[in-house]
Amino acid sequence: MSNSSLPAQQGLYDPRQEHDACGVGFVAHIKGKKSHDMIRQGLQILENLTHRGAVGADPLAGDGAGILLQIPDAFLRAQCAAQGLVLPPMENYGVGMLFLPRDATARSVCEQIITAKINLEGQQLLGWRDVPVNGSGLGESVKKVEPVIRQVFIARGTNCPDADAFERKLFVIRKTVEHAICNLPDGQGKGFYIPSLSARTIVYKGMLLADQVGKYYLDLQDASMVSALALVHQRFSTNTFPTWNLAHPFRMIAHNGEINTVRGNVNWMTARHAAMSSQLLGEDLEKLWPLIVEGQSDSACFDNALELLVAGGYSLPHAMMLLIPEAWAGNPLMDEERRAFYEYHAALMEPWDGPAAVAFTDGRMIGATLDRNGLRPARYLITDDDLVLMASEMGVLNIPQSKIIKKWRLQPGKMFLIDTIAGRIVGDTELKNQLAASKPYRAWIEKSRYFLSDLAEVVDQSALKAALLDVQQAFGYSQEDLKFILAPMLSAGEEATGSMGMDAALPVLSNKNRSLYDYFQQLFAQVTNPPIDPIREEIVMSLTSFIGPRPNLLGIEETDPPLRLEVHQPVLTNDDMAKLRNIADLTNGRYRSLVLDMTYPADEGAAGCTVALQALCSAAVKAVAGGYNVLILSDRAVSPLRVAIPALLVCSGIHHHLVREGLRTSTGLVADTGSAREVHHFALLAGYGVEAVCPWLAYETIAAMPLPAKVDVKEAKKRYIKAISKGLMKVMSKMGISTYQSYCGAQIFEAIGLNASFVNDYFTGTATQIEGIGLAEVAEEAVRTHRSAFGTDPVLADALEAGGEYAWRVRGEEHMWTPDTVAKLQNATRTNNAATYKEYAKLINEQSQRLKTLRGLFQIKPAGVPVPVEEVETAKEIVKRFSTGAMSLGSISTEAHTTLAIAMNRIGGKSNTGEGGEDAARFNSSKGSEKLSDVIGNGRIFSDRELLAGDSLRSRIKQVASGRFGVTAEYLASADQIQIKIAQGAKPGEGGQLPGHKVSEYIAKLRYSVPGVGLISPPPHHDIYSIEDLAQLIHDLKNANPSASISVKLVSEVGVGTVAAGVAKAKADHITVSGFDGGTGASPISSLKHAGTPWELGLAEAQQTLVLNQLRGRIALQVDGQLKTGRDVLIGALLGADEFGFATAPLVVEGCIMMRKCHLNTCPVGVATQDPELRKKFTGQPEHVVNFFFFIAEEVREYMAQLGIRKFDDLIGRSDLLEMQHGIEHWKAKGLDFSKVFYQPQVAASVSRRHTQTQNHELEKALDNMLIAQAQQSLSIQADAYISSSISNVNRSVGTMLSHEVAKRYGQAGLPDDTINVKFLGTAGQSFGAFLAHGIAFELFGEGNDYVGKGLCGGRISIMPPDSSRLVSHENIIVGNTVLYGATSGECYFSGVAGERFAVRNSGAIAVVEGLGDHGCEYMTGGMVVVLGQTGRNFAAGMSGGVAYVLDEDGGFKQRCNLAMVALEPMLDELAVLESTDAVPESHGRVHFNHLNLADEQVLRTQIEKHLRYTDSPRAKHILDSWSAYLPKFIKVMPTEYRRALQEMAEQNARQLEAA
Amino acid sequence: MGKATGFMEFRRLSEENLPVAERIKSYQEFVLHLTDEQAKTQGARCMDCGIPFCTTGCPINNIIPDWNDLVFRGNWREALDVLHSTNNFPEFTGRICPAPCEAACTLNINDDAVGIKSIEHAIIDKGWEQGWVVPQPPSKKTGKKVAVVGSGPAGMAAAQQLARVGHDVVLFEKNDRIGGLLRYGIPDFKMEKSHIDRRIEQMQAEGVVFRTRIFIGTDKDLGVNNMATETISPQTLMAEFDAVILSGGAEIPRNLPVPGRELSGIYPAMDFLLQQNRVNAGDTLPEQTKATGKHVIVIGGGDTGSDCVGTSNRHGALSVTQFEVMPRPPEQENKPLVWPDWPMKLRTSSSHEEGVQRDWAVATKEFIGANGKLEKLRVARVEWKDGKMNEVAGSEFEIKADLVLLAMGFVSPAQKILDAFGVEKDGRGNIKANTEDYRTSKDKVFAAGDMRRGQSLVVWAIREGRQCARAVDEYLMGSSVLPR
Repeated sequence: MSNSSLPAQQGLYDPRQEHDACGVGFVAHIKGKKSHDMIRQGLQILENLTHRGAVGADPLAGDGAGILLQIPDAFLRAQCAAQGLVLPPMENYGVGMLFLPRDATARSVCEQIITAKINLEGQQLLGWRDVPVNGSGLGESVKKVEPVIRQVFIARGTNCPDADAFERKLFVIRKTVEHAICNLPDGQGKGFYIPSLSARTIVYKGMLLADQVGKYYLDLQDASMVSALALVHQRFSTNTFPTWNLAHPFRMIAHNGEINTVRGNVNWMTARHAAMSSQLLGEDLEKLWPLIVEGQSDSACFDNALELLVAGGYSLPHAMMLLIPEAWAGNPLMDEERRAFYEYHAALMEPWDGPAAVAFTDGRMIGATLDRNGLRPARYLITDDDLVLMASEMGVLNIPQSKIIKKWRLQPGKMFLIDTIAGRIVGDTELKNQLAASKPYRAWIEKSRYFLSDLAEVVDQSALKAALLDVQQAFGYSQEDLKFILAPMLSAGEEATGSMGMDAALPVLSNKNRSLYDYFQQLFAQVTNPPIDPIREEIVMSLTSFIGPRPNLLGIEETDPPLRLEVHQPVLTNDDMAKLRNIADLTNGRYRSLVLDMTYPADEGAAGCTVALQALCSAAVKAVAGGYNVLILSDRAVSPLRVAIPALLVCSGIHHHLVREGLRTSTGLVADTGSAREVHHFALLAGYGVEAVCPWLAYETIAAMPLPAKVDVKEAKKRYIKAISKGLMKVMSKMGISTYQSYCGAQIFEAIGLNASFVNDYFTGTATQIEGIGLAEVAEEAVRTHRSAFGTDPVLADALEAGGEYAWRVRGEEHMWTPDTVAKLQNATRTNNAATYKEYAKLINEQSQRLKTLRGLFQIKPAGVPVPVEEVETAKEIVKRFSTGAMSLGSISTEAHTTLAIAMNRIGGKSNTGEGGEDAARFNSSKGSEKLSDVIGNGRIFSDRELLAGDSLRSRIKQVASGRFGVTAEYLASADQIQIKIAQGAKPGEGGQLPGHKVSEYIAKLRYSVPGVGLISPPPHHDIYSIEDLAQLIHDLKNANPSASISVKLVSEVGVGTVAAGVAKAKADHITVSGFDGGTGASPISSLKHAGTPWELGLAEAQQTLVLNQLRGRIALQVDGQLKTGRDVLIGALLGADEFGFATAPLVVEGCIMMRKCHLNTCPVGVATQDPELRKKFTGQPEHVVNFFFFIAEEVREYMAQLGIRKFDDLIGRSDLLEMQHGIEHWKAKGLDFSKVFYQPQVAASVSRRHTQTQNHELEKALDNMLIAQAQQSLSIQADAYISSSISNVNRSVGTMLSHEVAKRYGQAGLPDDTINVKFLGTAGQSFGAFLAHGIAFELFGEGNDYVGKGLCGGRISIMPPDSSRLVSHENIIVGNTVLYGATSGECYFSGVAGERFAVRNSGAIAVVEGLGDHGCEYMTGGMVVVLGQTGRNFAAGMSGGVAYVLDEDGGFKQRCNLAMVALEPMLDELAVLESTDAVPESHGRVHFNHLNLADEQVLRTQIEKHLRYTDSPRAKHILDSWSAYLPKFIKVMPTEYRRALQEMAEQNARQLEAA
Repeated sequence: MGKATGFMEFRRLSEENLPVAERIKSYQEFVLHLTDEQAKTQGARCMDCGIPFCTTGCPINNIIPDWNDLVFRGNWREALDVLHSTNNFPEFTGRICPAPCEAACTLNINDDAVGIKSIEHAIIDKGWEQGWVVPQPPSKKTGKKVAVVGSGPAGMAAAQQLARVGHDVVLFEKNDRIGGLLRYGIPDFKMEKSHIDRRIEQMQAEGVVFRTRIFIGTDKDLGVNNMATETISPQTLMAEFDAVILSGGAEIPRNLPVPGRELSGIYPAMDFLLQQNRVNAGDTLPEQTKATGKHVIVIGGGDTGSDCVGTSNRHGALSVTQFEVMPRPPEQENKPLVWPDWPMKLRTSSSHEEGVQRDWAVATKEFIGANGKLEKLRVARVEWKDGKMNEVAGSEFEIKADLVLLAMGFVSPAQKILDAFGVEKDGRGNIKANTEDYRTSKDKVFAAGDMRRGQSLVVWAIREGRQCARAVDEYLMGSSVLPR
């Protein structure tokens, strides 16, 4: 919005990328009783949510906070009376809360406009009131932009028959005022904003810290001000810029989360413009446009949409269900009527998708709803005096336990509503059932729906217009498209895997003819929202697509529902296409389709493209006007004489054209294109508005390909479609989007190498940062492709282009890793030959002939006169800035992993564990005269080496990834730096999988898993769904090792700067920005190539944004991703990096020859394999790696000498020394413009541009300081300690620092059982007992919040209601979400119900709980979970180990369990147990043979008895008392792979016993 | 990719050779190509590297992983197409190439390289057997005329490429048969000449005109074999053609000017080999130098030396001894430091297997004879230090010899031809031209092969011929679709 106070777009910083998340809460009186207490409590909640917000560079400047109340009639009446203003009766006047410009003239203009609009709409201006404020506590930066805050009072006009009409009118007035002021010239409107304008609600908010709201607004302190509800919000924003208007609550909502699809949602809203009409709003509807103004936050956009729906006649809950529907498609448990309701509404509007806890109110009803996947926390309680409290966490208000009658949580997709007029709570079921039954939705659907698949068959008669090979060439097919893209899909039904990153030339730098698709990169979720696991959490995903016109969004009262044409997934067959072409016949003319030809005469050359495109756009408009409601954009006419315009260009161009014309929702768009073949292509077509795609040439190609055995063409095509569908889900889920409908048109991409004016014309709203080619060149490239297809090139006479993007080919795309560079680097480092290294560096650095990277086009300017190289900082110092990449032991061999560690420790750099834990045997330095195998263990090393005295195998960087494998207190205690891997360059936004064949005995031991069983790393960290979650994890890890720095690893994409700023505010000490091209791990090949951006962009954006926010000094910035030479380091430093990460190059030094088969376990040089035979071939030496880093450092020094810079620090952030190379002749590259990359924000000289300060982690406030003090004797001499303490929600990560003290002294073994015993009373803050070490026992009387027992490693936690509680334990919630995430050992007993994602990634802990939410035991690999109550949906998804015993009272468990990887078994009877208990060997790590066939009954009973002992649970007592009745109701959940592996191990053991 | 784990499961299998006793009875090829099944298994060993070092190890950049895979899958026809897309004459290289690709093979780092050459051999032999190798005449003619001077592998490759894009190509050869050193330097037991003849037929069908016994130059006396009966001056040629490619090889042999060199019984290797090849081809020679019943000394340890050894044994020599002035190379190279480059290591050729005494670091000091006839050699042992050779004091000895064959490589192209064309030369007497455009200092005159780069391998000659053809095509037409 033009009047936003965010800085203008500059350099790579763009205010559009800002994110926020937060703490949200409300209190309300069920019966609508108003009181001042309600306001006081609201403000109290805010204060207790302070830790969910953040402060920026200015400690007095918060990110914003506010409160929404009912109109305090008596108070306002008295205030107005005092100034002679008489208010009409309640509901007959509205109050506008106004932020006005500080400039008196501008203010007066704004007020005049307001007055005019009120009059124009037939209402009566009553008067104005200055809102009294006390700005004394505001930060300096905030004061500077503090608006003048006034209220305007408006009386209901005669044209409004009732209160609802008046409320609508006030909405119209607000919109018209906003538009008028927004359009004022010269920024006169800057600073203007209307927080609220309503006869029912009023919002007090601002750029305030949570505890400032009540102090700043004096009104709120007045005891006569009353409300029956208070909705509050504390914001955590990524930026530090004072922005008053972005604070929540908005007019109707406060939101915790993020709308991932907002770009598409806003576009679709615009697209509906022409097709929308409303009986209620009538002509006023037109005045609302533009409904959603560009440049607002996602929450503000959502609020705008909600307002419209409500004004248009939807009830508040109805509107919310439309915007954030439950996952209904794949839910067998859903009531039929409700499903019909959702299904009907799906055609009306695509979901606003993303993690969201939204609290909403219209002043009479107040409620909240949660996104379909339950990705935000929201808990509530109800008291016996009708108070309802809902908040992101519990403990925010001190309410006596004895008064509480219910504690529960919002469940995924569920709603919770308080009707203060009716005076009661309306539950989700009642509410939705009532709405679902209100109209005959099912009948309507049946009447109006066509499934394309159900329509009568039509035989496809289209034929190729030229030879297949020529047509393939005309669409740029290469041999690799067949070999790497299509063939694997036909054999496996899924996309192929690749390894070792992407080192080929960027499309805009390529001499090859690249397709337009290649110029776009997929965006992905990092930090501010989580990606989804589309496999394990498929229940929330849907690929259903609607083709054709969309109904009138506001046609609520219509009884003749419009038609809908549906497909189950958007990849159409040729037969489907034939049906669409003949759709008029098949639907009695209700649908009419028209084919628009995307080809034009080839003899017109590139110049013909513009005209052809324009003609297509007009033809589309004409077709829609002519009643065609399905437009098929086809390039089947391609032939020697007709060249195809890139389908993506046509589709997006027409989509945007129709959006602009307001016609887009009047027709469907279908692409019938030969160009689409890989997942990325389909994703792009969908992202730019196409509802379905028919890849006709892919089908022709498949039909002509050699097929795998037993696969016919039909089956092959089926597999292909399946692979594309799966891939699409992966691409969508990468951004956290769960439905195709929302993804469609959402434009989740950025362009690299396309110029802004071209993007603006055809891909409106897409980010493109470095300019590049435009329409002329795009057309030229298409024409060149066409020409070579139908030309005389003998190489193409009977073969496709080589491609050479995935593997090096002599006639293929340029790469940085070539036979030459690999050989020279290996030779140089093995012989320590600087001259050979220089040859290598020259090959990489000098790209004047063969452009490959952006930095290849940079030129470096000297800073001053050259200095002698001797005066430059020594190489010994520079190498300390280097680290090696996060490659897990698992992805690479122990030999390769330890070689890197030894080398980095020798030079004082850092190596990285990667995800997967680290052997504690590696933590100590060697005394010399020992071998590697002496440390690691005999039989675990296949290429041994002598260790020198002082050599250390310890990785100084310990990674914490989503799988949390081997993350224990001891592991964390051994770190110098702890790195949270948010994303990795090879596949940002995706999880990983270590296939079973790579899980050796040693790896299994380190990862607390079973040898031979595959391990899954989830796509998201389940404890980071938003920025404040990350802040919490950083806090946890800082507690787990106060002396380690906490690093957050991000991947370069547009907006990464903003994310980095948020991460800095979340108090990370260190940020890594990775390029998209790096990555040594295995990854789907479309991700390898098409997700993320080069680090030059991400690093520069991070540097610029951090400097602009004055946060740069607080963090160290590291860059990695295909760094290979000293010049790369130099450029990284100039763009802002303090430190540098290398992965591929050191691997090459170790012997890697870029086989790119890491995922096959066949690495022939023993680097990326676990095969003992191949590991024998490993020849890498630490010395070689050391040589490499010194070569790099020496090269840097030479550059520094030339530049005239002596200290490395003086290089950092000097992007002014960079310029684009002169005289670039390359026809595509010459359009590039790096000025944004080289931009330096204009800030005061005092603002740091490199790492100079430290973060304040406020550990001194931790409760653990007291615990540690009281446990001194336990720590020193293992004496027993008994401690008790009260606890509240602001006490976070309790027990973690104490565990660090234990782990530091006693390692993983910890203290003897029950050495330190602590009793707590109250509500614990997040992460209670995180990483709790063995020997510590926590008892909590009260409740826990999210992340209880995170990373538990040996300790015991028991939580039970306090004695004063009246609650029935198994019917009330006692701990929040994501409890026990990544636990490795220990025990937990919870006398109550847990939230979603209980025991996710548990690999060894034992837990008893009395009920749990969705996704329980997801990805579990070990340990045991006992559930004594109801379980949620999707239990055991991805569970590959451990065992669960679930009480299934209603017999419905099977439906709620994900059976993909587990089997449900009955409890073994006594006889079976007796037969099978022979020769049960000892436990192995956390893997229990007794999971295999131990007396289930005995195990279970023992656990329940313990539960009773530790929590005094009435539930446990009841079950034990009626044991024989309950026992049969228990079901054992056993992972099938786990059973197989245990059986094998048992057999092996038995054989060994026999042999002995 | 062949088979993911093929390299771990299967051993390298070399092509089977006929037993020595049998093969030395004739001049026929004795290397048997792999059976289909063997080739498939050997193809399975290929790992389809992310960076196929073999491709750049190979001078013509054969797309080796692709055809390995195709053979593994039994798709021979396509394998042949891929092979032909980079190599005009795989039947030549599949027989006589030393296979630098195999040195560069990543399996060669710590295992035995994939048998690339044997697979190539199998593919092309099957191609000929199945009749898949057919002429590829141009779809239309350009009307441009190109003369190629010298019909060795460089000239042949250039001619074929140019003919296929529609130019009128005339290939000139001073000797009586096409093929240059390929025909007269390589013994039949390593490559039978029918392979060349088949290609000639193919090229004729594609429009190449062959003209033998024509010398392009001014002075026929080159110091090397020259059977020309007609001479055309460079000026005439340049006037008649739109472009001229000089691909006449580097034929001047290195001499050994020590006392006694004038004695009879001392011959350049090429004279010796040529004669036998002509006899094999059916020519009757007035007089042939034969090793029958003689003590033969071959001086020079390279491939030509080997060929002399093999031929001498087939003649029925009493003894064959081979001297090399350089020290004996190691049995095994230091792979971590050498790979993927061509290693200096002890190589034992099939001719060596047939019987020879090899000695290294031996320098010939004098040929000794009587009556103008060679009787023995006086030689001494030498030591090498910093690239310099020093005689080992007191190490002299004498060795009996009836026939000495000088196989010490070639010095340069025949200078007279270069001078006749008036092209600029490089420091070593080769034609000066770069590998981007292959242009000489004379307009419309190009150079390729040994004449430009100095003595080298057949595979390098093919590469230069192909690349030069593209340069010529670009020169004539403004652009070219020919691959480099």
